[in-house]
Amino acid sequence: MALDIATVRRIARLARIRVPEEELPVMAEELSRIMDWIEQLNAVDTSNVAPMTSVADMRPHQREDAVTDGGVPEKVLANATDRVGNFFTVPKVVE
Amino acid sequence: MSDALTHLTIAEARDGLAAKKFSAVELAHAHIAAMEAMRDLNAFVTETPEIALERAGQSDARHGAGSAASAMDGIPVAVKDLFCTEGVQTTASSHMLEGFVPTYESTVTANLRKAGAVMLGKTNMDEFAMGSANITSYFGPVKNPWRLNDGKDRVPGGSSGGSAAAVAARMAICATGSDTGGSIRQPAAFCGLVGLKPTYGRCSRWGMVAFASSLDQAGPMTRSVRDAAIMLQSMAGFDPKDSTVVNEPLPNFEAAMAGSIKGLKVGIPIEYRIDGMSSEIEKLWQTGIDWLKDAGAEPVEVTLPHTKDALATYYIVAPAEASSNLARYDGVRYGLRVSADDLTDMYEQTRAAGFGREVRRRILIGTYVLSAGYYDAYYVKAQKVRALIAQEFAEAFKKADVLLTPTAPFPAFAIGEKMDDPVQMYINDVFTVPASLAGLPAMSVPAGLSADGLPLGLHLIGKPFDEATLLRVGQAVEQAANFTALPQLLGKA
Amino acid sequence: MAYSIQGKTGAWEVVIGLEVHAQVVSKSKLFSGAATEFGAEPNTQVSLVDAAMPGMLPVINARCVEQAVRTGLGLNAKINLTSTFERKNYFYPDLPFGYQISQYLHPVVGEGVMTLDMPDGTTRDVGIERLHLEQDAGKSLHDQDPNRTFIDLNRAGVALMEIVSKPDLRSPEEAGAYVRKMRTILRYLDTCDGNMEQGSLRCDVNVSVRKAGEGLRTRCEIKNVNSVRFVMQAIEIEAERQVELYESGGSVIQETRLYDPDRGETRPMRSKEEAHDYRYFPDPDLLPLALDQAYVDRLRAALPELPDAKKARFRVLYGLSPADATQLTAERELAAYFETVAEGRDAKIAANWTLQELTAMLNKRGLTITESPVSAQQLGALIGLISDNTISGRIAKDVFEEMVETGGDPVKIVDAKGLRQITDTGAIEAAVDKVIAENPAQAEQYRSGDQKVTGWFVGQIMKATGGKANPKMVNELLKKKLGG
Repeated sequence: MALDIATVRRIARLARIRVPEEELPVMAEELSRIMDWIEQLNAVDTSNVAPMTSVADMRPHQREDAVTDGGVPEKVLANATDRVGNFFTVPKVVE
Repeated sequence: MSDALTHLTIAEARDGLAAKKFSAVELAHAHIAAMEAMRDLNAFVTETPEIALERAGQSDARHGAGSAASAMDGIPVAVKDLFCTEGVQTTASSHMLEGFVPTYESTVTANLRKAGAVMLGKTNMDEFAMGSANITSYFGPVKNPWRLNDGKDRVPGGSSGGSAAAVAARMAICATGSDTGGSIRQPAAFCGLVGLKPTYGRCSRWGMVAFASSLDQAGPMTRSVRDAAIMLQSMAGFDPKDSTVVNEPLPNFEAAMAGSIKGLKVGIPIEYRIDGMSSEIEKLWQTGIDWLKDAGAEPVEVTLPHTKDALATYYIVAPAEASSNLARYDGVRYGLRVSADDLTDMYEQTRAAGFGREVRRRILIGTYVLSAGYYDAYYVKAQKVRALIAQEFAEAFKKADVLLTPTAPFPAFAIGEKMDDPVQMYINDVFTVPASLAGLPAMSVPAGLSADGLPLGLHLIGKPFDEATLLRVGQAVEQAANFTALPQLLGKA
Repeated sequence: MAYSIQGKTGAWEVVIGLEVHAQVVSKSKLFSGAATEFGAEPNTQVSLVDAAMPGMLPVINARCVEQAVRTGLGLNAKINLTSTFERKNYFYPDLPFGYQISQYLHPVVGEGVMTLDMPDGTTRDVGIERLHLEQDAGKSLHDQDPNRTFIDLNRAGVALMEIVSKPDLRSPEEAGAYVRKMRTILRYLDTCDGNMEQGSLRCDVNVSVRKAGEGLRTRCEIKNVNSVRFVMQAIEIEAERQVELYESGGSVIQETRLYDPDRGETRPMRSKEEAHDYRYFPDPDLLPLALDQAYVDRLRAALPELPDAKKARFRVLYGLSPADATQLTAERELAAYFETVAEGRDAKIAANWTLQELTAMLNKRGLTITESPVSAQQLGALIGLISDNTISGRIAKDVFEEMVETGGDPVKIVDAKGLRQITDTGAIEAAVDKVIAENPAQAEQYRSGDQKVTGWFVGQIMKATGGKANPKMVNELLKKKLGG
């Protein structure tokens, strides 16, 4: 199996997705099946290939430095689940 | 009358509106009625009849004043629910975004609105566009209006399944879709429609809920190739808000369709003859080759040796990007929040509850392939194979003007099938994914019916930014196929 | 004598590398059109992009790229014509996207070098490892509510330059000189305002210790130190902690620490305890950043005169000492002020006045050079009055004080108060005669060979003339009269 339970626990934590302990084995098995299938790429010879960096063969345009946005706290906060004044909130973080 | 109105193409409706044979409001009413009558298909997450009628009224005023905004002015459009629409709930069919009402309008839908199009509602889809059968939606699966007599509902394909069902069932004349690995083309094939994925960089991605940034591209889903050209014209174009959109003037796509395909070289990639492809799909492919030959084109064999590796490549790149793109859904600024006393608890519970199983699975895969110690082995490796695939296409296009392949290895399957093994589900996209990885324009055109009466599509892949040739060849396929069948749901015909 | 920490087991060398986070001077953010001003109401300088709304995309600010390249040029560094933006993935409430757009494998600026000016007038070269562009995070307010942390995204997405030094620094003094010189260069270039109190310049300090001749040992990173003084203190305290740890048989673990100036200690940061796996990958929303050599050349040609060049010029043109030249060029505004003062005048007097009287006055009043109540033209005029003997240096100090109080013109002050020096030989001679006549005992003392009373006589004569007599003439006449 490509991914053991400990690995799934670790990546679930990294991804901030709670996976209950009892579901870890099933998830590990599913993900392993996908990863086993993906392993076929190992057979491809890529020794002289540079990884793709952009799909479109073009230069990105750049913005002029001007204030064209902001000043819209109502739009920014419109969908906030817990808003106090003009702040978003989260459970207390201890530094 | 109203039945006839819902069977019009964009081109026919445009001409009818221009000739004042009917009004945009009448057109909207007919489609709203169809939308309400066919709720059982679950094609829409949110219906917006009031908006449709208001915009149709404005369209009529423009038509009355002889100042129609475009060929799309007054045309009823269904919008995939991953285009953010100002003041209208946008969910990407996820519990995570249930109730999210954007304060902004995506560039693509804003372009359509500027062109005068009339939004009917927001269509159901696979959650965050992750799926090929529209069975991962939080709001339930969409049913394909094409059905057999076995009593089982077929999937419409995915992820733009709601859009495909809506257009096929004549609830909308056309719909926006988005395509990451085949999400426009495969449902178009499953529902007997034309589905066009433009070149990466043709349509702005601004305001479109992201799945995989280097692959996502918006495109039209229509009932004719001409309609795809007309609709693309209104969706595409430069946008200073998207760094990856090309800054080139748009060709007139409809005009570019004129002319024959005589002498065009149609590449047939030998590697697309995969194991497990149904014989009727293989037969249809050969028929397609013959049609184009009859129309004066010259079939040439091309080779794309890494086709077999495209799916695995895609299932590294797309989840990797998705794992990062979906990190913003953290319960802080919008969307679902599961309350907890601790920040990490809040994050973990919110994301566990907000994302469905397939989305969670892909985020975890994506997190894994980017994580320390695996990045080079998976992500970098995949981007190298991707570069190889793109190079091979570039080589093939030295010999051919356009490539012809099947769209999907099989017709629409029953809801509930192919669900136990994710890899089995991924095979749906085997023919569509390579063009996505290379950023190429590609289109599915309905080409016939399977033995038991389900639509099948042929797939054309074009050179970068050469949608015009794609459309021209697509039209040749369309004319030869003369696909006039209607979904069984619509009865007779 | 190199800096070292004396432990029980002998001397320990300290190895320091600095990461400076400098907020780029730009009107709008790195990837959005929201404003960057400091101190706005919460969430008012936030675009939908900064809030990471679904479907939002970054578009790079051309000015920020230009500022990074200009800074690279100012640090004599290699400009990379192709660089890449990558996503650094981690969850934190002040990071709306769940990733920071930064540069990782391919920064826009590569290796460079910076010359430190040490307090003793010597210089020392320090290697620059790289400079890259990245987004700032928002602000978490932990003290507004008992159960919740408040989030303000005004800073989220503001452009930062992270400038990383090589581990070339060997003492707190060198680290201090590095930060000061960095700030000077950034301010000359106007690429960062260098304001450490407002956080537009922050330092992460990497510290390790070793015995002479050893390779590098494990380092600790002290995060977010926000003054030069704290940088120097933190290094000393952290180095001492590490030495004690080694000498008591322990070992240093690589970790992120926080400097607490109130307690005079560094301690591990709680929020950084969890091992990070940032999963960097190229941001697919942004294509690689490609620059032309011609563009870089154009920016290079338009650079202002930088501190090292200005210092060299001041030394040659004005004949200043290395220490004076360093001090005068530490701020672009001070250098410009000095040059105006010195224009057509005695440069050494101008330098002395600028660095002593003027600087002391500004420090006392907590003013910057641009806020000086005495303009460079006015100070220049005052020095003109000294040079042409209109007033003495002593009187000039009084006039200067008056100028500070009233902002007045020195010539007018001198005239209004009748402070012009007495250069009339007759008047001075009369005063000398009178003082000699009134003090025969002291005159006799002088004549008998005790010349120490000369100073006393000069004082008496100056007193008699209200300090206005030309001291040189007083001296000459006194010598003549007493000797004769």
